[in-house]
Amino acid sequence: MKEREVDYAKEKRKSIIAWAFAIFFAVVWLVITLTPFAFMVMNSFRKQFDMLAQGVFHLPDPWYFANYTEVVENGFFGYFFRSVIVVAVCLVLMLIISSFAAYPLSRMQFKLRGLIYAGIVAMMSVPMHVTLIPIFKMTTDIGLYDSLGALVGPYVTFALPMSVFILTAFMMTIPKEIEESAEIDGCNRFNNFFTMILPLSKSGLSTLAIYNGVSMWNEFAFANTLLQTPSHKTLPLALGQFKGEHSLDIPMILAVLTLSVLPMIILFIVFQDKLVKGMMAGAVKG
Amino acid sequence: MGRSKKSGLAKTRAKSIALAATVFLIPALLLIAVYIIYPIIDTFLISGYKWNGISSNRTFIGLENWMNLIKDKLFWSAFGHNLVVMVFSILLQIPIGMMLATFLDAGGKKFNLFKTIWFLPYLMSSVAIAFLFTYALATNGGLFSALGTLIKGQKVTVDLLGKSPNALFAVIGVMAWQFTPFYMVYFIAGYGNIDTTVYEAAVIDGATRVDYIRYIAIPLLGPIFKTACTMSLIGSLRYFDLIWNMTQGGPVGSTELMATYMYKLSFQQFNMGYGSCVAAGMFILITVIALLFQKVFVVKEDY
Repeated sequence: MKEREVDYAKEKRKSIIAWAFAIFFAVVWLVITLTPFAFMVMNSFRKQFDMLAQGVFHLPDPWYFANYTEVVENGFFGYFFRSVIVVAVCLVLMLIISSFAAYPLSRMQFKLRGLIYAGIVAMMSVPMHVTLIPIFKMTTDIGLYDSLGALVGPYVTFALPMSVFILTAFMMTIPKEIEESAEIDGCNRFNNFFTMILPLSKSGLSTLAIYNGVSMWNEFAFANTLLQTPSHKTLPLALGQFKGEHSLDIPMILAVLTLSVLPMIILFIVFQDKLVKGMMAGAVKG
Repeated sequence: MGRSKKSGLAKTRAKSIALAATVFLIPALLLIAVYIIYPIIDTFLISGYKWNGISSNRTFIGLENWMNLIKDKLFWSAFGHNLVVMVFSILLQIPIGMMLATFLDAGGKKFNLFKTIWFLPYLMSSVAIAFLFTYALATNGGLFSALGTLIKGQKVTVDLLGKSPNALFAVIGVMAWQFTPFYMVYFIAGYGNIDTTVYEAAVIDGATRVDYIRYIAIPLLGPIFKTACTMSLIGSLRYFDLIWNMTQGGPVGSTELMATYMYKLSFQQFNMGYGSCVAAGMFILITVIALLFQKVFVVKEDY
């Protein structure tokens, strides 16, 4: 690099201007992000016809809480707990199965390794719609149609490719020597996996749990195809159910929306520091 | 490996590794075979039939569905919408996500509140977002109409979802709102992978923060850009939930996508033979475009 005089005052001015611009745009995006949420929460506390009468920027007058009680009385928690069960079961299964698969792919040398890995990763780009009709048919044939069990297979499977991809990258970063020394001590591979690799992959697993938990909690297309009876439906379908039954009561539907996203926001605020760590392994290489 | 003769011990070891690998891989491979591979094959098989999805008798009609698909104006216009959505998704979500990540990376911990709030849209389900924006963009009582009224001082109505070109772009905007946070986190992770010593070295050499971002960080993030673009591309070609719950492809088919068209045919009109054909066509198009993209944008990784 050529020698040059550094004009500190000028550099500093430039940096202040750059930061001013950056903060301006950051605040703009903050407003864009928050406005729809504010619209949702504020209007969920209005009476049915107050929304148009008062105008959307006006604070609710009076604050009206009956929307929420009515939503809860109309079986909201039924939908809620069904979603909790589905997500919990699917997440546990998915994390076990994908870390099982990632272990040999990242830490063992065998013949078809490359091919199997490429095959699993290629599954990431398969659109679920190409499987929808056969899975619908299959589910009906084995008698799982319209039950929560119908969702387990598709949810777990469609989360696998991405998870295996990220976990494989993650496990590759664990030093090889760990197993070698364990092997000398007489540990077999299954012990290795459960006592060392799995605990060391914790931060990767928790990131995957967040992302897949969110997408399973919010999944719509499979649920809409495979469930029919209202008392068997999951939360994303409940939104449509409420909207169908109370199509004119917009504030009440906004109350349902608020309640449905609230648990995710609370969990996210608790676990948000896990958000990036596991992702880093997946982001090393495309 | 291969030609050279292995000692007995090495062979036993290789065998035991292969056995362990098989045991670990079987659950994943089995599920993928049952819920992805078999259904893909079955979709192609069903596309050769005329079938309503319920009755047991279905008639084999060979390639008739495929011939119809090639001539189907509705399908190709849906595909066109998918392409528009794809281009704008990549142009909006990735640069904005990248800028937000750059901001957070430069600012460090003190901007954590920004990160938390910026991520919120990603937590909401597409169904909830669809309903929320149906009201937020409504002609009556929507945000834009209300804002227009506030600025102009008289009643203004902004029709975003009811008219033909507006609706598609409104949906694209909503999608950017929803998915930008995901790419933001992805780029934050990318920045996190760049060794801090790189930045320190650059600063010692007299680089400013802006120099560092332009000449060092962005080139280093190349492979991540490519992956992000691939994800956005595939995601927008198979997009479904939001449109289905927001516009159902309307008004007059102006937001119809391949996936919503397929769903309508299969589960509303119960024309599952042709629905399968559309799904299979969609699968072929997505695979071809994704492969082409991989071929064209090869990022040199020898930095």
